[in-house]
Amino acid sequence: MSEAPLLSVRDLTVEFRTDAGWMTAIERVSLDLMARDALGIVGESGSGKSVTALSLLRLHAGATARMPSGEILYAGQDLLKAPERAMRRIRGGEIAMIFQDPMSSLNPVLSIADQISETLMLHQGLDRAAARRQAIASLDMVRIADAAHRVDAYPHQLSGGMRQRVMIAIAIACRPRILIADEPTTALDVTIQAQILDLLRELQSELGMSVILISHDLGVIAEFAQRVMVMYAGRVVEEAPARALYRRPMHPYTTGLLAAIPPLDHDVRRLPTIPGSIPDPFRRIPGCRFSPRCAEVEAGCREAAPELVSVGEGHLARCPPRKARLGGAA
Amino acid sequence: MSTPIVSVRDVVKEFAIGHSGVLRAVGGVSFEIAAGETLGLVGESGSGKSTTGRMLVGLVPVTSGEVTLFGETITGAGGAAKLATVRHRMQFVFQDPNGSLDPRMRVQDAIAEPLDIKGGYTRKDRTDRVAELLDMVGLPRAAADRYPHEFSGGQRQRIGIARALALRPEFIVCDEPVSALDVSMQAQIVNLLLDLQEKFGLGYLFIAHDLAVVRSMSSRVGVMYAGTIVEIASRAALYAAPQHPYTQALLDVVPRPDPDRVRRPALAGEVPSMLNRPVGCPFQARCPRAEGRCREETPRLREIGRDHQAACHLI
Repeated sequence: MSEAPLLSVRDLTVEFRTDAGWMTAIERVSLDLMARDALGIVGESGSGKSVTALSLLRLHAGATARMPSGEILYAGQDLLKAPERAMRRIRGGEIAMIFQDPMSSLNPVLSIADQISETLMLHQGLDRAAARRQAIASLDMVRIADAAHRVDAYPHQLSGGMRQRVMIAIAIACRPRILIADEPTTALDVTIQAQILDLLRELQSELGMSVILISHDLGVIAEFAQRVMVMYAGRVVEEAPARALYRRPMHPYTTGLLAAIPPLDHDVRRLPTIPGSIPDPFRRIPGCRFSPRCAEVEAGCREAAPELVSVGEGHLARCPPRKARLGGAA
Repeated sequence: MSTPIVSVRDVVKEFAIGHSGVLRAVGGVSFEIAAGETLGLVGESGSGKSTTGRMLVGLVPVTSGEVTLFGETITGAGGAAKLATVRHRMQFVFQDPNGSLDPRMRVQDAIAEPLDIKGGYTRKDRTDRVAELLDMVGLPRAAADRYPHEFSGGQRQRIGIARALALRPEFIVCDEPVSALDVSMQAQIVNLLLDLQEKFGLGYLFIAHDLAVVRSMSSRVGVMYAGTIVEIASRAALYAAPQHPYTQALLDVVPRPDPDRVRRPALAGEVPSMLNRPVGCPFQARCPRAEGRCREETPRLREIGRDHQAACHLI
């Protein structure tokens, strides 16, 4: 990697205040996002994938969250130390985010025109008329037909798919360099999901953005990402170029998760499963956090927390025992 | 197919909207389910699959059409009385185990509630049956004294299944039972449902939006679109040789864990409004192959192969 990353997260830990004390939501997460990158972050409930995304824009409520370690380097500064004023310029202007449920992110009493214009007037200092023209152009970009009329609609007048297109229009209105999409298609039907994924791919190449796509669905991630990060119980357990991850997963959790997906192209009598449940975030698991559910567990796994080790070209996995068993094939 | 335990004939459900509007949620659906068989019903939001499942067990009254369960017709005159005689032979498992379990009820009371309603169980019978049901669904017996919030989503769905099994039903409607669960939990529940079916010869109507989950559960599959079944076939035929353009498109858009797969562009458009149904085929506006006849005449479901029916003029 000769080129410098656009965004670089180093050893980020986030903790939340709860009645039972501080709970670690993510621990020492690192990631590099290159220009025009399509990074997928995949994990189940409680894996910390959304917490990671929200942290990038420092969107956690100050009194209930703390970040005892880590840095988020963007454009020569550490976003964790940046003044709130600078963060406000970056949020929505340079780094934009879309969420799972467009209905709760859109304001029900404002027209689409007002909601897109708001960002443009704030970040680009446009007047109302210019912002409206730009809003219509944004709706065109997300392939909403008859944008000049639709721009005056209210959220409840639109279908779920259309609302997600509007959210994307707001996000790209200021031509951000990075778009973070947190489960953007999870609430949508499959045919609409496919449309939104097509749209995100097209916009990424048209606008030259870097995109971080967060999903619980390894299928959705495969359709979009060039690189994939797998999270489990607050830690990154594997990171690899997409093809390597799906062809040769190197962490037992990734292997188990891929095997548990019901196949569409052939019949199986029973699905392979990962035993046990997703761990309770309040329970401290000694050693490797996946060890209580792991089919390949060894005595040492329950003692020391494993580090991420290199297992191939750009391929990291938090399972030194498996690497050792494979005879250091990497 | 042996004698069906469930038979649905031309079932229609309309809801009144405002003063004059009528929303036709289900527009004439027919199918049968044999003992020990699983019919998968798949479709997107608004396809009418959940409403169909609810009409089947009498949770929602039909507007017209006929539902017969274990030989008793539960629709029309005298239907309510007939329903009462067969109700204990079938059960319902819901999508959201949080919404279907009372948070203030201990697990043993939630599971035993059907027994309490039926009556005639001694304290010991009740405790034994709860223990047996917990074993069946893979929960520790100690779970009996705890409350639903102490369990994960997957475990709560196991509690919901134990409760559904309490009265030894022969048929269960499962409405999206795994869609709220994480992938690693989903596979466990699918396997549990398959094991229970094998053990007790249960018949299932398995409603889901996920074609891959439906494949792993079902012996036959019906695909619904805008309130009608557009294709219904054996699992083998439906997945190997889908005939209806909607089924083909739906299979194509399912994201697969394969970064090298070449996918066709997504199906354009959205599901039509149920208030102003177009004349002709409900899928015409999005169908890449639609022609004149599709806009004039509504296609009927007809035999196109062995255990394979589709509603399309172009097949």
